[in-house]
Amino acid sequence: MELLTFGNTGWGDELFYATLMTIVVSITAMLIGFFFALIFTPLKLSNKKFLNFIANSYTTVIRGVPELLVIYLFFFGGSGAIMYVASIFGYFEYIEINAFITGSFAIGIISGAYSTEVFRGAIQSIDKGQFEAAKVLGVKKHIQFFKIIMPQMLRLAIPNLSNVWQITLKDTSLISVTGLVEIMRQSYIAAGSTRDPLLFYSVAALIYLMLTFLSMKLINRLEVKYSRGF
Amino acid sequence: MDFTLMATSLPKLLIAAAVTLKLLSLSLLFGIFIGLLFAILRLNKNPLINKFAYGYSYIFRGTPLLVQIFLIYFGLGQIEYFRSTFLWVVFKEPYWCAIIAFALNTGAYTSEILRSAFQTIKPGIVEAGKSLGVSSKIIFYKIQIPIAIRQSLPAYGNEIILMMKGTSLASTVTLMDITGVAKYIISTSFKPIEVFIVAGGIYLFMTFVIHNIIKFFEKKYSF
Repeated sequence: MELLTFGNTGWGDELFYATLMTIVVSITAMLIGFFFALIFTPLKLSNKKFLNFIANSYTTVIRGVPELLVIYLFFFGGSGAIMYVASIFGYFEYIEINAFITGSFAIGIISGAYSTEVFRGAIQSIDKGQFEAAKVLGVKKHIQFFKIIMPQMLRLAIPNLSNVWQITLKDTSLISVTGLVEIMRQSYIAAGSTRDPLLFYSVAALIYLMLTFLSMKLINRLEVKYSRGF
Repeated sequence: MDFTLMATSLPKLLIAAAVTLKLLSLSLLFGIFIGLLFAILRLNKNPLINKFAYGYSYIFRGTPLLVQIFLIYFGLGQIEYFRSTFLWVVFKEPYWCAIIAFALNTGAYTSEILRSAFQTIKPGIVEAGKSLGVSSKIIFYKIQIPIAIRQSLPAYGNEIILMMKGTSLASTVTLMDITGVAKYIISTSFKPIEVFIVAGGIYLFMTFVIHNIIKFFEKKYSF
């Protein structure tokens, strides 16, 4: 038990910071995912076949390929790609991007594919009459989206987004292979130096359970908030 | 684009695909029994038994698969007593540790899928069986299970695909499945994009095949 105390002799404070890192990476990845969803959901719903094709390939490929493989692609290919782009602009120095950025981008792209599907489903299940009524009343396009479609869409999307959040949170454990010190990596280090893997991986499992439990509680509150009036 | 690298890595990755498929099929086989067992326990009226089944599925669904593999592979070996039992023959192999972790994980998800399938069976069907004098054992095996399987096919298809992606984690415990071999080729050739295209293509093809098999069964068993 003294292995888990805070301070120089225990791993408690290290695990605490690692937990914070996991939370920060998950939130960053989720936000990057929303950003991708914002781009690809309209493409999915568009009338143009070509745009549909782009969005469908994104979601199909990302959801059909293991997360670990995507992370390896970013981990080994990330700085190469950035250096290639930089070389077009005449910058030839070696660029190394840190594990946090690579990791949250890799997980973000995965999470974005799931979010895109959620938003597409939610928008498609909104009654067509809502769009038409807004049009007839002469509501401007962006007001129609933000004030009429979005509130209805969020209510439908939140339960599924909570699943996406759970997936994203658990996927961040895979970034440990790139060396970013989050819960899994920290437990690996601690298990290696104390030769007590059973204890540290059990603690890691408990921390993840706690995180999923707490986020469920929070999301349930949001759900109640957004389903007011229904 | 290095097409020769893609051509030479394809056969290596296809051999690795056999490992992935073996891991997948064995864990699904064990997982379905675990899932069925826990789904039945979940529906038990005794609160102690169904709380236990709920706890099992909650823990395995609430923690990352990576933690589960590491706990089983690195963690269990630490227990002195455990190493002296006959179980150690199985648990010292990373191959079986991975399969056990996958099976326990997919079992938790499968139990949830089957439970909800059992719960959506209309009580009238069971009552009709009872009023015809069919024994409750036969009602369960011949009426409830076939209907539950049909109900859960779409969700189970998704679970198979998720599990197939999950088997990539076997590469973290030294197994050379598709992802393991892909990582090895990437780290020796420094050409991540080419290898990703080939390895990802194999995974996508497998997803495509699984998806169509499930669709076929859905059609066959639809009513």
